[in-house]
Amino acid sequence: MLRIESLNTHYGASHILQGVNLAVPRGRICAVLGRNGVGKTTTVRSIMGLVPPTSGRVLLDGQDIAGWPPHLVARAGVAYVPEGRLIFPDLSVLENIRVGERKPAKSWPVERLLELFPSLRERAGNRGSQLSGGEQQMLAIARALVSDPKVVLLDEPSQGLAPLVVRELAAVIRRLCQEGVTILLIEQNMKLAEAVADELHIMVKGRMVYAATPEVFRAEEEAIRNRYLTV
Amino acid sequence: MDLLPFLLTQCLNALSQAALLFFLGVGLTLIFGIMRIVNFAHGTFYMLGAFLGYSAVRLTGSFWAGLVIGPLIGGAIGAAFEMGLLRRLYRRDESAFLMVTFGLTLVLGEIIRLLWGVNALQVELPNMFAGIVFLFDEPFPTYRLFLAGAGVVVAIAIWQFLERTRLGLLIRATSQNAEMVHALGVDVNLVRTAIFGIGCGLAALGGVLAAPLVTASLGMAGNAIIDAFVIVIIGGMGSFLGSLLAAVLVAFVQVFGNYYFPDFALAAMYMLMLLVLVIRPGGLLGKEA
Repeated sequence: MLRIESLNTHYGASHILQGVNLAVPRGRICAVLGRNGVGKTTTVRSIMGLVPPTSGRVLLDGQDIAGWPPHLVARAGVAYVPEGRLIFPDLSVLENIRVGERKPAKSWPVERLLELFPSLRERAGNRGSQLSGGEQQMLAIARALVSDPKVVLLDEPSQGLAPLVVRELAAVIRRLCQEGVTILLIEQNMKLAEAVADELHIMVKGRMVYAATPEVFRAEEEAIRNRYLTV
Repeated sequence: MDLLPFLLTQCLNALSQAALLFFLGVGLTLIFGIMRIVNFAHGTFYMLGAFLGYSAVRLTGSFWAGLVIGPLIGGAIGAAFEMGLLRRLYRRDESAFLMVTFGLTLVLGEIIRLLWGVNALQVELPNMFAGIVFLFDEPFPTYRLFLAGAGVVVAIAIWQFLERTRLGLLIRATSQNAEMVHALGVDVNLVRTAIFGIGCGLAALGGVLAAPLVTASLGMAGNAIIDAFVIVIIGGMGSFLGSLLAAVLVAFVQVFGNYYFPDFALAAMYMLMLLVLVIRPGGLLGKEA
């Protein structure tokens, strides 16, 4: 579905992504873990075209979309749920969703999204800025799904959320997977990643250095954690 | 003369003035809200509207034709300018925009001088607006009544456009986070072109409507851009409602100031601006200070 091949990205003189390779199979959840500043968010932003990669390929169903402008990447079927959620603060909940609804949604019409996220239905007329962090996260996911995406990029969805809300988020992510949505999940929260992902990848200094299923990962967790993740 | 009828007609007078100020300010504030740039050429589009209105009336004999042609041509020039020049500058710092829009002011001003000459041109009113009506037994120019009505109609139209249409939604979203809108699959460059064209078109509409009152002249642009800046600063940069509120406030200060303290009227507008800046540095309905 989504395949990244030796992707390089620079911010000015600094070489952030140093040949990233990653494959997200259809209908699966791939989680990318890593310390702060190793290039996880830059990976997502490079896929999205928000930071044009300097070389490498981003293949979506075989088509190379690397370096396309963001709106064409989105129209090709990549939906983006950014770090910090970036809800439009002065638009209502429904308006936030409608910005993402470029044409009437087939798989994820607004009505179905409101069923999936009942709290958004209750707050449909509220402004984005009036929502709690958890509600904003659900709204950011709804805004992404309404475009009927092939793959969803979820960047640090658990950031700043209470443990109870993170559990709710995990349930939502699993539900999306059951519905056939393909997800690339960037996370610092190892528990969440372990709980929902089909594959775990670890990123260090702009490269993917480790990949395993959650079962294998759990067996080696102590060593891996000390080696790659603890500060 | 009774006080009440006098006050009512002066209020209507102020509303007609507010309409002109609103057409001028709303475009500038919307453009700033979306693009974070100050369109220095905004007053020149107002002036262009006045001259286009003059020619439309001369060529077609219809004032209404001017009301359509002026904003269309002004908007088209604005949109073309955004696509051709401004779009290349979005990654640069803001001084680049100031230089380029100032350059447009000079070029457009020269073109207008070459096409229409240096003399002020009188725009004839259609017969139906040329006379006066009696309101509360006070005489009142019909055209000013029409202006006040036009201001209300256009303000409601813009508000409904922003609230009800897809493009209006995208304009509001883009002013809050352009990058996010882009990542949601919207070509934000088109949104920017649209808002620049709409803003310039509204300024031109203001010019067409102002021309019968003040004649079309090369001095218009300079006065207009200052008024427009005052409206945007008082209302709050990027705020549609703010520009409406500011236009009404400034118009009332101008009209009543002219009557009661004619020597002081010009200063009154700036004192209002200073007062607002001291109390609310971001403008009445502005976001950031």
